[in-house]
Amino acid sequence: MAKNKLKTGAQMVVDVLVDEGVDILWGLTGGAILPVFDALYQNSDRIRLIDTRHEQGAIHMAEGYAKSTGKVGVCVVTSGPGATNIVTGLTDAYMDSVPIVAITGQVPSHLIGTDAFQEADVVGITRSCTKHNFLVKNIQELPQIMRDAFFIARSGRPGPVLVDIPKDIAAASAEVAIPKHSSIPLSKFVPTPDLHQIEKMAELIKNAKKPLIYAGGGVINANASDALYKFARKTNIPVTLTLMGLGAYPAGDRQFIDMLGMHGSYRANLALTYCDLLIAIGSRFDDRVTGKLSEFSPHSKKIHIDVDPTSIGKNVKVDAHTLGDMNSILSTLTKMVGSQDYEPWYEELDAWHKKHPLAYQQDPNGKVLPQFAVDEIYRLTKGDAIITTEVGQHQMWAAQFYKFNKARRWITSGGLGTMGFGFPAAIGAAFGFPDATVIDIAGDGSFQMTMQELAVVKEHNLNVKVVVLNNKFLGMVKQWQDLFFDKRYASTSIPVQPDFVKLAECYGLKGYRADTPKDTTKVLEEAFKSKDPCIVEIVVDEEEHVYPMVPAGAANKDMVLSKEEDRARVMAAVKTKAKTHGKGGRK
Amino acid sequence: MRHTISVMVKNQAGVLSRVSNLFSARGYNIDSLVVGVTDNPEVSRITIVVKGDDRVIDQVEKQLNKLIDVIKVVDLTHDDFIARDLALIKVKAEPNTRSQVMEIVQCFDGKIVDVALKSFIIEVTGKESKINAMVELLGNYGILELVRTGEVAISRGKKVHEKEETKVKMKAGKAGQSNL
Repeated sequence: MAKNKLKTGAQMVVDVLVDEGVDILWGLTGGAILPVFDALYQNSDRIRLIDTRHEQGAIHMAEGYAKSTGKVGVCVVTSGPGATNIVTGLTDAYMDSVPIVAITGQVPSHLIGTDAFQEADVVGITRSCTKHNFLVKNIQELPQIMRDAFFIARSGRPGPVLVDIPKDIAAASAEVAIPKHSSIPLSKFVPTPDLHQIEKMAELIKNAKKPLIYAGGGVINANASDALYKFARKTNIPVTLTLMGLGAYPAGDRQFIDMLGMHGSYRANLALTYCDLLIAIGSRFDDRVTGKLSEFSPHSKKIHIDVDPTSIGKNVKVDAHTLGDMNSILSTLTKMVGSQDYEPWYEELDAWHKKHPLAYQQDPNGKVLPQFAVDEIYRLTKGDAIITTEVGQHQMWAAQFYKFNKARRWITSGGLGTMGFGFPAAIGAAFGFPDATVIDIAGDGSFQMTMQELAVVKEHNLNVKVVVLNNKFLGMVKQWQDLFFDKRYASTSIPVQPDFVKLAECYGLKGYRADTPKDTTKVLEEAFKSKDPCIVEIVVDEEEHVYPMVPAGAANKDMVLSKEEDRARVMAAVKTKAKTHGKGGRK
Repeated sequence: MRHTISVMVKNQAGVLSRVSNLFSARGYNIDSLVVGVTDNPEVSRITIVVKGDDRVIDQVEKQLNKLIDVIKVVDLTHDDFIARDLALIKVKAEPNTRSQVMEIVQCFDGKIVDVALKSFIIEVTGKESKINAMVELLGNYGILELVRTGEVAISRGKKVHEKEETKVKMKAGKAGQSNL
């Protein structure tokens, strides 16, 4: 690429994009970004630009694409409001370690700092929600910055990088060679594994009677699912996954004991509490996993394998840890360990599972249970769909009842909990996998936040199905109100709703509706028969809660298992919570 | 515990903001922060004094290291290092107290850099504790204004920010060591 020829800044941007392997990106145009869109238009044979209806849609599409394909997702928007509209997506990508390069237009250099039309201090605003950001000061440094942006976004723990380009620099021409490599060394992001620590891990594993693997999204980001599988199968250690890690280990495997954490299975949370060795792989001891920190996995020694130094020892002290490339760490460790049968430990796990499996009782003549709807989606797609979700109860039911056997088929907003994420993310995934069925399992509240992107689905005839589990409530917050606020439903009821069937039709899409279990099966079958996009509205029981539930601030073993449980016990379990947290939030 | 952390950063716009932003976003408390360019004009050195337990300090170091513009982070607290603070103090100096104030300045190895009819401006450098002691004494005469730089620090002997870092610890009490 190192040809010296007079080129515009915008052309340089396109050239680096193409050289980085980008063949698709999402955006919404505007004044300050015009030169870049013009260059993209002129290069449409090399790179495909998808116009969205809102910038938040553009960045979530880039995220959905990045999470499903493992490539860097790119979005391009204008200055001011265009840029501020992607802040939610940047923060989401930062929390969930999604590799994103966001290109924003900026007012011309000489106007910066004058409160010009559509000017915002974008680098300042996004400093704490990006892995790094750049304001391009002159055209000479533009190609190197673009190159570095991709390198930073994908290296080590991935994350979003923003490049703010003033209009005059994008429009100017210069003779600048496009550098082949990033100016930053890889060692900044991927430390070298510590062999001594890995040996220590092998020793801890050898001596454990009740070990447990607790793996997370880091395994998926490192494309280390196979290495994890080999390690787990060789050692015969049971595996639980975080919300972000679902798919990193096959759900159908005998060693898999379901998700852990706030809405994890009874078996997984008790395993966490009573194990004597906890092996954290690509997970970060998030508060939704640890519950009350002082009572977190109190009997275990702890091992931590990750790529991000700040994840080590942030919340929980560990006995052995190493940083570095997960594939090589796991394969080294796998060579050092032997196998045990852990029979008493598996018996204990099985007993817990028998006592409280993840289950539901669907009355064939009653209201539709959301768990049943998810289960039907799973059954009818044979577990082969790419599933995205919004945020709330439906998200947790999807996590509990859709079983993932492969990585990168589960796309959800975990860290930030961004309502409105799932639908545009589904669109992004559908661009990445045109032959796959992509299903956004949505709630009525979340879907209404970004449903304007239905136009994009129609325009490109994507195989995206939105299944709205409609309970006419912001259900997760309602659940907290049921449990902790004496059923005072402040602002959680959504009495006025669009007719989702007509909504689909007005965009030229198909719409379905079901309010009985029988119809649910029928409409889902019909919707999944064709490759056409559609909305399926399923009216579900609004009184249903997500269980198990570890109330915020409670210990994992004190999870609440059903509505029928003694209310006094529920309140006792959350007593400590009231002092520290006080309020719920969306998730 | 109080830690003095030295951070080598690229001398670029916005770097200071990234560093201070990190502290506020993560709720770490900065006692002082001083920044200035080094012998290499492309590199600046930030000296941060921060209080926290081992877990917090560990996170501070790791989080700083993650910033793209940060070249190197060294917690000087574990090494033998020299730390200095500079203060300019405007203190009342009435005819009946002038000589007492001057005596104090002399004791603390300070300098009177401005003389007015009823006040002095005093310049003093040294360890934080020394300056605190002087400020306390001068307080008896009436401090009109006070400005301090915050701590700058450097390790003894070998350059800690060198690539091949071998920690050569100098024995305390050698020539050149200040006892202030």
